[in-house]
Amino acid sequence: MLVTITERDHLEEEGSVVTPEFEKAAERAESRRGFFLALPAYAYLIVFFALPLAIVFVYSFATRNRFGGTDLSGWNLEAYRKLGEPIVRNIILRSVWLALLNTAICLALGYPFAYYLATRRPLVRNVLIILVMIPFWANFLVRNYAWRVLLGKDGFVSNVFEFVGLGSREYLFTSTAVMIGLVYGFLPFMVLPLYASVERIDDSYLEASRDLYASGWQTFRKVLLPLSMPGVVAGSILVFVPSLGAYVTPEILGGAKTTLLGSYIVTQFLTARNWPVGASLSFVLMAVMGAALIVYFRKGGRNL
Amino acid sequence: MTNRILMRSTAAMLALGLVAAACGGDDDDDSAAEDTAADEVADTAAEEPADDTTAEETADTEADDSAEDTAPPETEAAEPEEDLDYPECAVDEVDGDLFIYNWAEYIQPKELKAFGEEYGVNVTMDAYDSNEAMQPIITAGNSGYDLIVPSDYMVSILRSAESLMPLNQDAIPNAANLLPEFADPEYDPGNTYSMPYQWGTTGLAVDTEVLGDDFELSWGIVFDPAFADQFSGQITLLNDPRETMGAALKYLGYSLNTTSEEELAEATDLVSQTRGNLAAFDTDQADELLVTGETAIAHGYSGDMFVQFQEADDPSRYKYFVPEEGGAVYVDTIAIPFDAPHPCTAHTFINWLLTAEHGAALSNWNYYATPNEAALPLLDAPLVEFLTDETTVVGGQESLEQFLDTGEFEINYSDAFIQAKG
Amino acid sequence: MRGTLKGSKGTRAILSVNALLIFAFLYAPIILLVAFSFSDNRNVGQWGGFTFDWYREFGENDALQDALWVSVKVAVWSTLISVVLGTLSALALERFSFRGKKVFDGLLYLPIIIPDVTMAVMMLLFFSEGLEIINNFFGWQWTKGFQTITISHVAFNISFVSVVVRARLEGMDQIHEEAAMDLYASRWRTFRYVTLPQIAPGVAGGALLAITISLDDVVVTQFSAGPGSTTLPVYVFGLIRRGVTPLINATSVIMLAISIALILISLLLQQSGGFRLRGRRSEPEST
Repeated sequence: MLVTITERDHLEEEGSVVTPEFEKAAERAESRRGFFLALPAYAYLIVFFALPLAIVFVYSFATRNRFGGTDLSGWNLEAYRKLGEPIVRNIILRSVWLALLNTAICLALGYPFAYYLATRRPLVRNVLIILVMIPFWANFLVRNYAWRVLLGKDGFVSNVFEFVGLGSREYLFTSTAVMIGLVYGFLPFMVLPLYASVERIDDSYLEASRDLYASGWQTFRKVLLPLSMPGVVAGSILVFVPSLGAYVTPEILGGAKTTLLGSYIVTQFLTARNWPVGASLSFVLMAVMGAALIVYFRKGGRNL
Repeated sequence: MTNRILMRSTAAMLALGLVAAACGGDDDDDSAAEDTAADEVADTAAEEPADDTTAEETADTEADDSAEDTAPPETEAAEPEEDLDYPECAVDEVDGDLFIYNWAEYIQPKELKAFGEEYGVNVTMDAYDSNEAMQPIITAGNSGYDLIVPSDYMVSILRSAESLMPLNQDAIPNAANLLPEFADPEYDPGNTYSMPYQWGTTGLAVDTEVLGDDFELSWGIVFDPAFADQFSGQITLLNDPRETMGAALKYLGYSLNTTSEEELAEATDLVSQTRGNLAAFDTDQADELLVTGETAIAHGYSGDMFVQFQEADDPSRYKYFVPEEGGAVYVDTIAIPFDAPHPCTAHTFINWLLTAEHGAALSNWNYYATPNEAALPLLDAPLVEFLTDETTVVGGQESLEQFLDTGEFEINYSDAFIQAKG
Repeated sequence: MRGTLKGSKGTRAILSVNALLIFAFLYAPIILLVAFSFSDNRNVGQWGGFTFDWYREFGENDALQDALWVSVKVAVWSTLISVVLGTLSALALERFSFRGKKVFDGLLYLPIIIPDVTMAVMMLLFFSEGLEIINNFFGWQWTKGFQTITISHVAFNISFVSVVVRARLEGMDQIHEEAAMDLYASRWRTFRYVTLPQIAPGVAGGALLAITISLDDVVVTQFSAGPGSTTLPVYVFGLIRRGVTPLINATSVIMLAISIALILISLLLQQSGGFRLRGRRSEPEST
């Protein structure tokens, strides 16, 4: 939408001709508009994000001195080398697997849920989406501890299983508990973008599909899903990426019996006071995530 | 297209990084980059005589260096008050409002108000959840706090990071109230940079209804499969590298400050094998899990356990003890950050806290043990009972060790712990 | 989506049941949370008779109330700023091409992929050094505090808002905007009356997400905070060390009530004012 019909009409009335030079100028004007739209956020992020990030980036090349401080005088790749150790590899694999599983479950549960929400009447829709968010305004830690109670020895879940006759099950401190906690914590991150995307879809596409004798499943697969792909992609990113770094829920509900990436990075920065390694691991993680994102976007059909 | 974004972003970051590094180079000359300048100096100071890495020796070499002029005035000194840059504060002097950074609920708000009224200042207290979270904030500078409450080993770390202000001993005459064993601790000789605040031990708390009364008062109830297997899934260990590795080391008969890689490896294997029997590694909730019946054996701190027992329906059901092989004794201290805006008020507060009255009020509220001799007669009876119960430390006082910073070896502990956890 | 297409009976049943179960799942811990805030037993999970004691204790705990208030302030301010900046960036990225667009796009994803603690550490260093420089230069005595916390929160929230709004914008037809402009509407009017209502669910979703993230953030806040500016989650994090008591539950319930109240107020404002956040067509409102 470079030059609107209106502008063109005006210009032609005034007797000027829409020349290539004019088109270029219009393009530049448009581009400037875009730049200025983006400028506030751009500038903000440069100052308050990129700059601090650069500081830490520099730290990743520093050395941890014997007292746990950071010695910037010597540049080296020691911190990056440490990442090759098998223990780090295990931690990364474990965390990736957990994050993938979490994303898959959130998607499986979240998509039908988002669709349900998006197909309600407008008033109901808005109320419901807010109802979805409300639990997440209760303190994060308290929610996790509530799950601890629910999943504990004499907890609600255990009682339900007993009642149903499946015998008393103790889920606390197992990986199932961690999964439940993670899905609970990340579901809205999946539902919100999905909802925003699905809600936008014009009914007529779906109706047309049905009119052409497509089954419900076919309609979903060939019409609904592709149209809602931006939401799927956005939701998956918003769930997968932060879950990679999640450590509070695994610690509280899993008993800290296995080390995950988030916990490892925290340990490096705080307990081990090994900032170079903490920094290097963060950057490698981000670089890998960045690459994965790009790949994912292309699959999702977005232009980057 | 893919590569371009990645390249451009990396290039942008690198460019910024180089700019920052260039500026960072200048900062080394000012006190802005406290961390880096301080550490380099500390490095040169410590590097000279000895090459050993244990904390005691490090402290000694730094003490030797105090006479030489490579170190700036603030470095640790063997002879206090000579080279130290402590503030000129008189007793009871006040230079503005007080900002305290403490553990949550470690001092009664009423007490803070009382101090505020007595000296005409506003007292604000913020809380942190761990030494490790507090330390970078203080070391980075400009934290705005006048007082912090670091644990013993953290005092060593803060000292080496040049993050503490030396105390003006003349402004804290009540230090004389301290029990003799707290007057000259290893983590801070002469209490130069900190004063003891509260102390306790780390040991095992047990539900006698589950375990019965007839079990060995040893770390073996956790580490020995012959016993521990019966209680699989009902045991917790602390989620702290030094504490848990320390417990394993003690069980194996070693010191919990060891710098021997073989000993640490043994401990790592032990913890790794024990993992199967554990419900969780938990520091914050270990006491609650015990009392709510989720677990039967909990590795934890004496103060936490005592408080939790008191709240239970039947306190006598639970037993806390330091196993016969020995355990850790910890001291939490109160100290002043190097750039505290109101050091004199801070000194006055420390002095005030060391009186008999307020020392006792502190312990009577948080139910931890007091290092304040003068406060002892004013303690609540159950607390006194708990503290004077000699059967608590099964192996006797000699079996207790304090955590000391092992310098370069320290990182082995956290690595080992992560390895043990798998 | 009008809601006419709900699928066959079977599909509808499955969808409804799924939604119901998920709501139950979402609210189970909340019900527990609220229930035990009235329990007269120090340990959450063990019921001990009904009492208002914990709420009373909250009323007497100044530090807790201050923390709650700071949390709300930070959440409101950071959401407002990040929604504006985030929406602007979403529009810029989806509708325009300009120099540096790709870098900007990449930059926007960094706050989402950066680990919490890394961001916390970098903001700590940035603020500490930055304040040092500023204080030395101007002779001021600035410390970290409410402002620095808000700055940090905006820094990561811009990205989350932008992602949600972009998901909404993507593939959205510009037909209506072009029609509006053809009808001589200025760019601003077009934006206000055509574009904005269309992206409204995305903007609202982004805002909700931003509030949630801000209210829950611990590590970044902890390291960006200054004396006297603790937020609720940071305070609770510290309290956990001493034991999870129903006091924390009571505090959370109060926080929840405030959040709900804020949302209700903004909804009511919408209803009365002309700012409708409904679907993209002006449907006959059954308000």
